[in-house]
Amino acid sequence: MPKRTDIQTILLIGSGPIVIGQACEFDYSGTQACRSLREEGYRVVLINSNPATIMTDPIMADAIYLKPLTTQSIKEIVEIEKPDAVLPTMGGQTALNLARDLHHEGYWEKMKIEIIGVDIDAIDITENRQQFRDLMEKIGIDQCRSRTAKSLLDAKEIVLELGGLPVVIRPSFTLGGSGGGIVWNEEQFEKKVLRGLELSPIHEILIEESIYGWKEFELELLRDNSNNVVIICSIENFDPMGVHTGDSVTVAPTQTLTDKQFQLLRDAAIKMMRSIGTFAGGCNVQFGIEPGTDRLVAVEINPRVSRSSALASKATGYPIAKIAAKLAVGYNLDELENQITKTTSACFEPSIDYVVVKVPRFNFEKFPGVDEELTTQMKAVGEVMSIGRTFPEALNKAWQSLEIGRGGLGADGYEDIDREEVRKRLLKAYWDRSLQIRNAFKLGTSAEEIHDITKIDPWFLEQIHYLVRLENRTEGQTLNAIDEKDMRELKQAGFSDRQIAWLLSQSDVERISEKQVRKKRLEMGIKAIFKMVDTCAGEFPASTPYYYSCYDDENESVVTDRKKVMILGSGPNRIGQGIEFDYSCVHAVLAAKEMGYETIMVNCNPETVSTDFDIADKLYFEPVFWEHVFNIIEHEKPEGIILQVGGQTALKLAKQLTENNIRIFGTPFEMMDLAEDRGKFSKTLINLGIPFPAYGTAFTTKEASQIAKRIAYPVLLRPSYVLGGQGMCIAVKESELEDHVRTLLKTHPENEFLIDHFLENAIEVDFDSIYDGEQLHICGIMQHLEPAGVHSGDSTAVLPPYSLDDHVIEKMKEYQEKIAKALNVRGFINVQYAVQGSDVFVIEANPRATRTIPFVAKATGRPEADIGVKVMLGAKLSEFDRTSKLKNFAIKEPIFPFDKFPEVKKELGPEMKSTGETIYFLENFEDEHFRKPFEFKNLYLSK
Amino acid sequence: MPSSKNEKAILALADGTVVHGIAIGHKGTAGGELCFNTSMTGYQEIFTDPSYHGQLMMMTYPHIGNYGVSARDDEAHKVMISGLIVRAFSYHYSNLMADGNLNDYLKRNKVIGITGIDTRKLVRHIREKGVINAIISSDNNDAKDLVKQARQWPSMVGLELASKVTLEDPRTYKPGELEWNHPSISQLASHTDGQASARKFTTHTATSRAAEAATAGVPSTVSSRSGKNQPVEHEGKQNGGIKENEEQGKSGKDERRALYKVAALDYGIKQNIINNLVQRGCMLRLFPAKTDFETIMKWEPDAFFFSNGPGDPNPMVYAIDTITKAKESGKPIFGICLGHQLLALSEGMQVTKMFVGHRGANQPVKNLHHDHVEITTQNHGFAIDSDSVSPDIAEVTHRNLNDGTLEGLNFKRFNGFSVQYHPEASPGPHDSSYLFDEFINRIKTHKAQKGLS
Repeated sequence: MPKRTDIQTILLIGSGPIVIGQACEFDYSGTQACRSLREEGYRVVLINSNPATIMTDPIMADAIYLKPLTTQSIKEIVEIEKPDAVLPTMGGQTALNLARDLHHEGYWEKMKIEIIGVDIDAIDITENRQQFRDLMEKIGIDQCRSRTAKSLLDAKEIVLELGGLPVVIRPSFTLGGSGGGIVWNEEQFEKKVLRGLELSPIHEILIEESIYGWKEFELELLRDNSNNVVIICSIENFDPMGVHTGDSVTVAPTQTLTDKQFQLLRDAAIKMMRSIGTFAGGCNVQFGIEPGTDRLVAVEINPRVSRSSALASKATGYPIAKIAAKLAVGYNLDELENQITKTTSACFEPSIDYVVVKVPRFNFEKFPGVDEELTTQMKAVGEVMSIGRTFPEALNKAWQSLEIGRGGLGADGYEDIDREEVRKRLLKAYWDRSLQIRNAFKLGTSAEEIHDITKIDPWFLEQIHYLVRLENRTEGQTLNAIDEKDMRELKQAGFSDRQIAWLLSQSDVERISEKQVRKKRLEMGIKAIFKMVDTCAGEFPASTPYYYSCYDDENESVVTDRKKVMILGSGPNRIGQGIEFDYSCVHAVLAAKEMGYETIMVNCNPETVSTDFDIADKLYFEPVFWEHVFNIIEHEKPEGIILQVGGQTALKLAKQLTENNIRIFGTPFEMMDLAEDRGKFSKTLINLGIPFPAYGTAFTTKEASQIAKRIAYPVLLRPSYVLGGQGMCIAVKESELEDHVRTLLKTHPENEFLIDHFLENAIEVDFDSIYDGEQLHICGIMQHLEPAGVHSGDSTAVLPPYSLDDHVIEKMKEYQEKIAKALNVRGFINVQYAVQGSDVFVIEANPRATRTIPFVAKATGRPEADIGVKVMLGAKLSEFDRTSKLKNFAIKEPIFPFDKFPEVKKELGPEMKSTGETIYFLENFEDEHFRKPFEFKNLYLSK
Repeated sequence: MPSSKNEKAILALADGTVVHGIAIGHKGTAGGELCFNTSMTGYQEIFTDPSYHGQLMMMTYPHIGNYGVSARDDEAHKVMISGLIVRAFSYHYSNLMADGNLNDYLKRNKVIGITGIDTRKLVRHIREKGVINAIISSDNNDAKDLVKQARQWPSMVGLELASKVTLEDPRTYKPGELEWNHPSISQLASHTDGQASARKFTTHTATSRAAEAATAGVPSTVSSRSGKNQPVEHEGKQNGGIKENEEQGKSGKDERRALYKVAALDYGIKQNIINNLVQRGCMLRLFPAKTDFETIMKWEPDAFFFSNGPGDPNPMVYAIDTITKAKESGKPIFGICLGHQLLALSEGMQVTKMFVGHRGANQPVKNLHHDHVEITTQNHGFAIDSDSVSPDIAEVTHRNLNDGTLEGLNFKRFNGFSVQYHPEASPGPHDSSYLFDEFINRIKTHKAQKGLS
């Protein structure tokens, strides 16, 4: 069927603020859907409360409503826009739930709005455990075996039938499944059975076989209106059943299944999708397979695009959301072309000739006391994806992408390996499992033993074992003696120059540097080449410029003679650095394109819009890690780099870029460095006559307490060069200060730390602006509701200020311009102020795009990121229309993950903890979106 | 992963391209047409597919060998490819059901291989230049000489190969005898070095158990494959097609009678074609490629099947002769791959060599009757020229969505149909298995009509 002509306006529901389990992958899918539908001539109306998304940009949809995601808002929008259809599958569970509520209310039917892309009744089935079980039974798909028990005796018999412990206990009809869980031993068993029987209102429990430790797989499917189904990607979880797939290391395609086993999954997945309604769109199916047999059980089916489909799209090059949107409006798969090859059909199953590894990123260090064990509830805040020709290569690259300071999977001098500690860490699933496996091999542990403990498939273990064998071999070599063959093998296995330098330093007389290794291997003719992601393993020519690096022979990335600019992305999402930076990255790409540049994007976060292959002219899906970035620069030779939009990730590379004479667009490195260097920056402020809180810098506890005494308590303590206030805290007395310093010395060794006098009861202000060398453009001045001391990312902020005197604002404007000029800023400059009465103090200055840029842009309706980037590239502010469309006030409300970490107390301080934010437009201060946070503003401030 | 003592190997192409890598499998020299397959699973099925007889197989997926080898994955009684080219050979495998590792399997079956090379570069090379002959050697390091040998290697055009892979004597398969219908070559040498090496590479007790079972000649049924922590109720709860075969075999050994007699001309038939037909109640008799028609008719078949196989169909005059006679019999006819091409030739159509060929498990084929798309397994280097198909002679029933190649025909002048791709899959998706049902339906209808008349 061709596209439908009976619908014109389509309502798209977004996923709202970033929370754990629902991150910027839905900005990616939503953005794709918007573009895909508009390409077909439909009018797209969008609702989303997340200002940091690309999808809510005026360029993406015909009408955008930055409103709270409630059924009420949807109704208001429907009244105005009168859509013909609603597409709820692009906005995660949030959007689906809203659509479902309105469906059960009969609202869509009443308004004659058709739900496209999904079948609500089908969703109801997939979300109801019993209905799903019944359906699977009906279509002959195996489930975990189970039986209900009414007594302890029953329960014991059932356990025998199931082959013994462990089993899973699920009390019937308890709220949120309380009283349930996995039981490992006899003692627990009796207790849990009795408790479950008590808790259940009908005194009944379901005893289910445990599939903990089984192999876990996911398939991403697409179906069209003719019931054609294709499998876009297969994913194997490195971590077996028991760890949420969002928290698991995952690999595409499957590595350890024979074709017969894979086809069992494929057949079952297709059967399952065809059994849940007749909608056209995307779907994700999860399976467990019992090791050593062909027995598979269906775990879950999600009839919508998901985090996994974003990963699958990036892993294969097949844009699932884009195609799913077209299927939703009537197209069939065979009527669409393969978006990558442009010559073959979209109705096929991608074949890849590389290995993709996804590694989740966690932020446990921000939540002291949090239970770090990985379970079936997701805890990761972001993820990285890496592409290599082999699994070991991709795994090392993933660890280089994580930005936790590592040079790869170990072999970088970070840890002293302690047998007890390694064993302890392996007994349960923790975030660093693959590293601990490497450590175990380092200690001589066998693959069998590690498999016994972790249940991870021996094939994966052997791959890590191989890396360790290479490590051990290299540790006995020297830089002069290592031969070309061994060096090449190391590079093909994904070892970074930094890791190789460390390994060679183990027996070399002197310490070998990363630079020396690089020089040596280039002399040997070993350099990175770039291969294309083409959906078809090279079978057909493809023209889409989507690349990854490896150390094979043939390079496929042809360099053009156009003037080029490279944009560095922000890496994995984490608290303090999330979707806001992706927003600015995408705008940097679009702005640079408009300025006539060929744009080259480098990033490793599969959830983002910036890593969509049709955003930049060229996409390198690579770690934002010096070695990889430098390889691309040497290959492409861009005119310069834009790194002020990629958060701290990209900024960290500024020094190395400057050392290698690579041009950075906008504000020069020396000035960015000056802003970070408290001593130099303070001198600048003194010269400019701008006040700032008393401070000092220290390396030791003793120095710290001397300074604190001098500047007076309370003091704010923090390591330098961190983002999101990592490791920051407030101390009110000496003993506290000493405690904090001791912790900091452990977590941030070799870092200088700063001690500021903490301004109590001050009002904090965030001031975003752009400076072109002559003129200052005020993007926005945001007043925080919470007192200074709460991290700006965690504050409720109001734009423009709601209670500041005009002369205070004038003073800030004056300071801002002075600082911008003194720092020789070209582009973004953000300054944070603390206001006490009529005194204004500068807390810090950031000559880069900040987290608040997208919020300000959405509030004012001005393309702030676009203007900023163009100014960096040489444009003048006078060239832009800079009128604000903001009528009253816009308020930014943070969203916290405390519900995911019930063991952690809600406390706010200088260390950022929120995962996302929403925007809300205020008419007046009676609105509860203002009143509530205002009332609670002092409540959570802690240290 | 390269092992510690890496022996070198060379891949030399007829156009002078020389690639150095690490030797795997058997030590020696082998030549053939260099082709590539894009399937990400199912390497063992590919290596034993008779249609690949004498070819040098390059797998585009980098890791090959991950799950070892297993008796149930063999598609024929021997390994058919003459050489293997991979990016990252897996010496270690992990699969509790496997009988051993791929390297030993290659050695036992005398397959010469090379690993550690940029396979994608060669794929792109072939894509640009077309398929080309090549030589792999692990015992001759004279690259110039190898290039010369590659140049001298006979072209696939005009090469009749089916008679090299066909069976020697007829063989019958009955529904009741499907208990262990796998050629089991992965276990052939398990009496000698196979078992020992399987043990050596194993990390699991169950694997050695499977190996023991295999040695003892016990069919590796699901129960003998199970791990030691097996839940008791495991058996009989399974949905797998493989299990189904075995169940049928066990329960229906003497009870199930064959409903239809199908004469299959073996030009290199895949085991899973046999399984698909036998599972559907056929008694199947495989006849050697050059069996004369009268011998076949003495068996009184209800229908004819013309199998897949290697090489160029054009010189297969003997097969055309058999087909012509089979058509005259009026009985239903089904052809797959080479069989499909032979049927077309017999109706005067042209079959020509393709530039690159289709080899993989992700080829989209549109069924023009049902407006439905099947993801198919393909393996062919020759194809029917669409322009040579006249609508009076045959209707085009299937087309490839990628390049429009002709994929299926329904013949007008006799009761026959055929497809270019492989509905038996193995490896690959099961989307097209309905074609076997269609064949059965045709046989059923034909028998009924015959009964009436």
